[in-house]
Amino acid sequence: MDSRRFDLLLILPLAIFTLAFLVLPLARLTLEAGSGPQGIAGFFVIVTEARFRNSLIVTLILSIITTVATLAVATVAAQTLANRRFFGRGLLLSMLTFPLAFPGVVVGFLIILFGGRLGLVGSVTKSLTGTNVVFAYSLFGLFLGYLYFSVPRVLLTILAAAEKLDPSLVEAARSLGASPLAIQRDVVLPALFPAMYTGGALCFATAMGAFGTAFTLATTVDVIPMLIYTEFTLATNASMAAAISIALGFITWAALAIARSRAMRDVSGA
Amino acid sequence: MRRQWTTTAGIVITALLTLFLLVPVLLSVYAGLTVNYARGISAGFTLDWVKQVWALYSDTVWRSLVVALMTLALTLLIGVPGAYALVRRGGRFARAVEEIVTLPVAVPGLALALAMILTYGGAGSFRQSTLFVVVGHVLFTLPFMMRSVIAVLDTIDWRTLDEGAASLGSPAWRRFLDVILPNVRPGIVAGSLTVLTLSIGEFNLTWMMHTPMTKTLPVGLADAYASMRLEIASAYTLVFLVMVIPLLIGVQLVAGLTEKRTAS
Amino acid sequence: MTHAATAPQRGSSISTRALTKTFNGNRVLQPTNLEIEAGQILVLLGPSGCGKTTLLRLIAGLETPDGPDMIRFDGDDVSGVPIEKRNVGMVFQSYALFPNMTVSENVAYGMKIRGMERSKRDAETRRLLALVGLEDYADRRITAVSGGQRQRTALARALAIKPRVLLLDEPLAALDAVLRERLRVEIGLLLREFGITAVYVTHDQAEAMAIGDRIAVMDRGRIAQIDVPRVIYHRPANDFVADFVGTMNRIDGRVSGGVLSLESDDTGAALAVGGPDRETVLCFRPESARLANGSAAVRARVVASTFFGPTQRVVAEVTPGRRLQLDLPSSLAFDPGQIVGFEIEREAIIEFQEA
Repeated sequence: MDSRRFDLLLILPLAIFTLAFLVLPLARLTLEAGSGPQGIAGFFVIVTEARFRNSLIVTLILSIITTVATLAVATVAAQTLANRRFFGRGLLLSMLTFPLAFPGVVVGFLIILFGGRLGLVGSVTKSLTGTNVVFAYSLFGLFLGYLYFSVPRVLLTILAAAEKLDPSLVEAARSLGASPLAIQRDVVLPALFPAMYTGGALCFATAMGAFGTAFTLATTVDVIPMLIYTEFTLATNASMAAAISIALGFITWAALAIARSRAMRDVSGA
Repeated sequence: MRRQWTTTAGIVITALLTLFLLVPVLLSVYAGLTVNYARGISAGFTLDWVKQVWALYSDTVWRSLVVALMTLALTLLIGVPGAYALVRRGGRFARAVEEIVTLPVAVPGLALALAMILTYGGAGSFRQSTLFVVVGHVLFTLPFMMRSVIAVLDTIDWRTLDEGAASLGSPAWRRFLDVILPNVRPGIVAGSLTVLTLSIGEFNLTWMMHTPMTKTLPVGLADAYASMRLEIASAYTLVFLVMVIPLLIGVQLVAGLTEKRTAS
Repeated sequence: MTHAATAPQRGSSISTRALTKTFNGNRVLQPTNLEIEAGQILVLLGPSGCGKTTLLRLIAGLETPDGPDMIRFDGDDVSGVPIEKRNVGMVFQSYALFPNMTVSENVAYGMKIRGMERSKRDAETRRLLALVGLEDYADRRITAVSGGQRQRTALARALAIKPRVLLLDEPLAALDAVLRERLRVEIGLLLREFGITAVYVTHDQAEAMAIGDRIAVMDRGRIAQIDVPRVIYHRPANDFVADFVGTMNRIDGRVSGGVLSLESDDTGAALAVGGPDRETVLCFRPESARLANGSAAVRARVVASTFFGPTQRVVAEVTPGRRLQLDLPSSLAFDPGQIVGFEIEREAIIEFQEA
């Protein structure tokens, strides 16, 4: 039938593109990962080899701390901004969401301006105490960079949920004598959970795979994406880079998938 | 009414967050326009650094624009019909396809770039061309275009509109052009702005996929950050800001418009 | 709406033969035989889920029937013809007007598809808009006209393609009660004026009565009764039709010697219906009751009454628990506890054959 053929035509470009440039390359990547000197065991090199394992642990811890901090800051800011009308609100929201468009490299550079050798914090501390405080190139600098990168995204997600929260729920809880913390625990946070799962998972996945910020800050710590990059370009060890890539991709994909199913269950269970 | 201490804390934290996000950007703008950053305001302001950046890197600006526009054209061609096809089809198959297409959001760009290079690295002229970078960008931005279009399709009664046009004798392809496309326009516009913004700022894929002849703006930025003096790096960042800020304002205007439209 | 002179267009006859539709192994339409003469208006009436919309969508070509040669227009098999080639006019429940086009662009769309030249198309659009009283709204956006105006735009758009049959799916359901009542009279007049074959789906019996030449009452995927409105109302074929169309009172009991008698203290009834002795259910409409005080009168105790203006609806018990609804003149007051006496005309009593 005519419309059946048209449906096929609609999806054809998508099918061709996805097969040629996504499915095929990912299959090739998997093949490459299994063709190193260790064979199939190459897939697990990220946990079997101490250098990679340490890097994985550092990256995981950094990503988890970033996620927790981002969620905390974004949840507080979202609640402060939701349902509050004041002059310049639109402008403030724009400024808070601007960094959405900044690539990791730019964020890295901004962190350098903030806490690098010629940075703002350093020059302030120098004039106050005489010591130039430099943290941009440390793990803390990397953390700040990730925070900078993630907060706008997560803030937008949670703000959307916070604005949908019925204010009479909070008023009802107050009429029943609940303290601000009890209201948070029992009313507000449960309503924000789906958005927090989604935003948190996105934040975690981005932090795990972030490359630009680490690249610009040229930190002494090797996060996983830097490891992939150096394995591939400097050590020209394609199969090792592929194996780590797949492990990393699997972790980020799983984080997002778990969060999505939890968020869905929360929404449907409510 | 007495203000709750939690409210005060919220306002303080939000203000600090705003400063944290804003001050580095202002520093960067300032550094790009100052004669000598280390000497401070007393040294005066100049556009020399911007001019130098233009002389050194203008090709990356143009290339980024070209790449972004080509990426946009491809995501429109592939993503818009694809999104409609998936929504029409529905069910498990459509969900599976959507999951696969959305993989580039979950899988780090580095891994995707590696996969592309391993697969097409041997295809010399394709590998060397700007098109290779464009394909990478399409891979990464396509899910955003599709989600934006699908979100609008979910709010309009596309099936009845399609049936209405069919009852008037319109063939399938004309129904798509006459009725579906005009009514998902807000999604297409919002998706397009997102695609342009993401493409202009894309680094993770591009850094791996580019060749010396196909450098984009963020690649140039990384270069400048590593090897140029702070003022030039800042001026270059300023050029980048000038490119993306109009797009961001566009995104917000469109979002505001659709909000108003759905509210009325 | 102004009713400019219109050239009557007859439209095609529709017939279905053992038409069935199965969704995922679930048969939503039982074998249905239907004959609709050219120019006739058939209303499909029934509760939601009875299959009326499925039947309409099958006739429209929006669904494919289970087998070949199940639907014919003027004797031609159209079972496999998709809607875009079937030349049917359709008015959707949500109207399906295109928000990206103006009122007149919506009306003109079908003619544009058919390649009608611009000047003819414009003239025909103007004529149709005048017909439905929308000439002043031609250049308005769809989002800028009212619900009733949208409804009429949808009707004009469907008529513009000179369809073989006009199909209307709950066209008034999205409107408020006052508008609905006005438009159902107007639509009925307009459809008759056009003289087009029409199939009209609704769950509203008043609408069905006002518009249909014939009504097909549907129940669980089959047609329970198909006839002119008068017969459907006064001679329902079964319990379901009786209940769905209007209010029906029931008195169950034993007929012996041609009389069904009920007795309880100072209330009771003796209804002479004739026939052999049997257990039965006698039905009658509230408006069939007439105040009376003779020996043949039914005596019932008033429970409550609701004032309607010209009449009042009195709820009364003929024996404890056996409640009846009676439409009686509103000039008299009936207080709860009072005994009311009334008669039911013999012809107004309906008896269904059942145990």
